[in-house]
Formats: sequence, C-alpha cells, structure tokens
Amino acid sequence: MKYALLIYENPEAWAQRDQVGDTEYFGAWRAYYRSMVDAGIYAGGDPLHAPETGTTVRHRDGRKQIQDGPYANTKEQLAGFIVVELPSLDAALEWASRCPATAVGAVEVRPLAPEQKRRVTCGDD
Amino acid sequence: MTDSHSARSAVESAAREYYGRLIAFLSARTRDVASAEDALSEALLAALASWPETGIPKSPEAWLLTAARRRLVDRARHEKMRAGSALTLEVIASESFHVSPPGPFPDERLKLLFVCAHPAIDPDMRTPLMLQTVLGLEGSEIARAFLVPPATMSQRLVRAKNKIRHAGIAFEVPEPRELPERLEAVLDAIYAAYGNGWEDAAGVDTRGRGLTEEAIWLARVLLEVMPNEPEVQGLLALMLHCEARRSARRSSEGHFIPLSDQDTNRWSLVMIGEAERLLAHAATFARPGRFQLEAAIQSVHAERARTGYTDWHAIALFYERLVQLSPALGAVVAHAAAVAEVKGAQRGLELLNTIDSRAVTSYQPYWAVRAHLLKGMNRYGEAVEAFDRALGLADDAAVRRQLLDRLTEISRF
Repeated sequence: MKYALLIYENPEAWAQRDQVGDTEYFGAWRAYYRSMVDAGIYAGGDPLHAPETGTTVRHRDGRKQIQDGPYANTKEQLAGFIVVELPSLDAALEWASRCPATAVGAVEVRPLAPEQKRRVTCGDD
Repeated sequence: MTDSHSARSAVESAAREYYGRLIAFLSARTRDVASAEDALSEALLAALASWPETGIPKSPEAWLLTAARRRLVDRARHEKMRAGSALTLEVIASESFHVSPPGPFPDERLKLLFVCAHPAIDPDMRTPLMLQTVLGLEGSEIARAFLVPPATMSQRLVRAKNKIRHAGIAFEVPEPRELPERLEAVLDAIYAAYGNGWEDAAGVDTRGRGLTEEAIWLARVLLEVMPNEPEVQGLLALMLHCEARRSARRSSEGHFIPLSDQDTNRWSLVMIGEAERLLAHAATFARPGRFQLEAAIQSVHAERARTGYTDWHAIALFYERLVQLSPALGAVVAHAAAVAEVKGAQRGLELLNTIDSRAVTSYQPYWAVRAHLLKGMNRYGEAVEAFDRALGLADDAAVRRQLLDRLTEISRF
C-alpha cells in the first residue's frame, strides 16, 4: 500500500530553513531521507515553500476569489509530503515516527486512494 | 430432514460459538471487516433456510465458512467492475483461504482484538468494535449500552471499519516490544465494557451498564487465545469478583448497598472461586500489573465471606502499589479511603488533599469518600457540603438515595 506522510511544521521549524549552514534539524532530515531510500520504501515527495507563498482559489456565488495565503490559518502548516510504499499502517506509523518533523510539528499518515484515481483516469494509470 | 426448531437452535449455537472466529478469519487477510460481517450474516440466513431440509452439517462452522466465503468472492467479483478490490479478490481466491471441511481453521481472534484496540482507532470506538466483530452484537444493542442513538453508533462503527480497511491496519499480533502497551489497550477496552466506577472502596459502588456478561465473555476469548499473559487472567478475575456481588449490590427494594454492608451469603462462591484460581495462576508468572492488583484488592474484600472481616491493611498496601503503577484518579481516591480505614479518617483526608482540586471538580467518588471521612471526624458542616457535591454528581438513582440517607443522618446532629 502507498501512504502519504503529510509533514506539518511550526513557525520555528520554518524559520530554520533560512539559516545558513547545517542545523541539527536538517541533518536529521538528510539521514531520514537516506534511510527511506535505502529501505526501498521511498516513492516520492517534496518539501513545500513557506505557507505565506501560498495562494488560495475559490469559486463562490459565481465569482472567482483569489486570496493570499494558505487554505487553513493554523500555527502548524503543511510543509511537505512524502509517499512511501509499505505493507500496513503500523509500518507507515513506524516510519512516520522516525520523521524529524514529529518533534517540532506533526506527521499525518494517510493512505493513498488508487481506486479513486483509476475512476478519474478511466483505468490508465 | 431436521425439524426447523432444532435447525434454528443449531444455527444459533454455531453463531454464538463461532461468530468471532469466522469474522476474524474472513477479514484477517482482506482487512475488510464489514464485508466479512455481511457475508457471514448471509451465510447464517442461508443456514436457517437450508439446514431444516438438508440436516445439520457435521461441522457447522466449516459449512458457514464455505458459504460466507462464496459470498465474499461473488461480492468482490461484482465490485471489481466498479472499483478496485483487487486485494480482496486475490486474497480470497488464494489457497490459504480454502479450508476443506471439516478441517479446523486458524483462530485469528487475537489479531482481530488487537485491530479493534489499535492506537489508530478512536478509543471510544474500541469497545463497540470488539462487541460487534468478536461477539456479533447488533449496533442497536451497543448503542443502548453506550447511551447514543442507534444511527449514530452504526455510523461510527462503519467509519471505524472503513478506517481499518482503507488505512490498512494489519491483522497482526504486535511485536514483543510493543505488546505490553497494545495489550493494555485491549484490556482497557474490554474493561470499559464492564462499566467503570464499581470498585470504589468507600462504597460508591455503581452498577455496570448491562454489558457485564459480554465483557466477561470477551475476556474469556482473550484468555483462550492468550493463556500466558497474567494481566489477562487478572482482568477476568477482577470482573468475576465484581460480578459475584451483583445480586448483593441492591436490596429487594432496589436500594444500593455499599460493599461493606453487603450480605456475603448473596455473593456467588462459584465466581469467587474461579476468580481466585485465575489470580493464583497469574501470580505464578511473577509479573504483577494493574489488573492483577485490582483483582487482588477484590480478593481481599471477598475474604470477608469466609473470615467475617475485611483486611483493610492489605487493601491499603495493594492500593499503594496500584497508585505507584498507574496513578489513576480512581486508585488515588480508593487508596485514601483504604488508608482511612487503617489509620483513621485524618490520614485518609490528608491523602485526598494531595489531589489537584481541578481534577476532582466533577469526580463523584472523591466527594463521596470525602464526605464519609469528614462525617467520621465529626466535621458535619464540611461533610454536608461534600455530600451535596457527591449527590449532585451521582448518575445512579440508587446511589443518590443512599447518599441522601446519610445526609439525613448528619442533619440530625
């Protein structure tokens, strides 16, 4: 099964991105990424730019609304995602618990829904 | 030809005995509990229709398994047209899923219990899931016991089963390093079915909510599949001790009778005997735990049936260890009550005063014990106040009446 690890970070973690040189947090991320690749479970993913770089689009009452900022106005913001291929939720939770972001934010584990994708793509993946 | 009455009772007894085993086996590989339940209930209906004609099969459980399996395959084929249930189809078509009757099939109920009490499942839904999937209770029965509308309970059960399936919670016995914590979640969920709050030493003994037999049944299932875990034996011993006093807990007029005033002749010696044997066996593992300690405390209370008195010193010691092991509010309050019996109300009150007052604002047993101790110290003004709080927080009419009686006693002073 494929799971998305949705990485949420607090403002302090975001601030670390602007620091020059290696921080402990970055070192931990590098090691984490490597161990996923070595274990053969990494199936993709990317970090996201800061939430203030987000722009949110809605259609309401026939009008397009474009708004500066992320969809949800919370302290911990979506910071990136990783897709992993693992046999069960427990295995995914174990990998999520190794993620450095769990110390400064949270990681949500969500199964991907390939059957929904097939409905959209009419079967051709 | 079998008469329809004996066919019906054969179906019922097969369902009672094998429901959980069949659901566990049918869903262990697909992780699809809801489909397994649907398939099994269709198989049970088919049995009701055909057993009167064909006779009761030699191995009813194998018959039911074959029938349920056939329905699962049909359903998965049908669903494949719409959405991908490739996993389901692949699994149920596989050899491992074939059982040649009358051969036994593996007992996967332990895995099912661990799935129901998985940390990814909402703690409030763990007990209802167990009751439904392992014992086959109807959603409406469970809803009644948990005081929620049937539609709400059904919805929550569906959501929980969807989570098991879509999130891919594996049917596995946890690894040894995770086992203690995961087992505790299973034990907690079973104990939650029994109903909380009965063990308060000072006699604020409230009744369970009608699932006590089911809880004991679940514990027996767990013991059968996990015979070497002393805490499982501890839990069953604890519930049997409490259940042994069921009929002594109410007077013939329905009035609540606290433990210390109960007529021990009305206790069930059979249940006490079984609880004692379980506890003694648990002790041989030399791995004490929360449920063994709670059962040991009830065992001391049960001794009164034989000796005529209660060894509060032993009870206070067990509570002290229990508080060290897991300082739940109930254990701290009960410890204070037991210490008061041994060393006087003053010492008990001192222990109660160490509890953070914010934690007890709506905790009824605290106020009941406090009132009892203050009364014993002739501090009637404060006692009345505490009785009032206990009375206001009581959720059982019989307990309210008993508190009211005590309050009336005080006001005569």
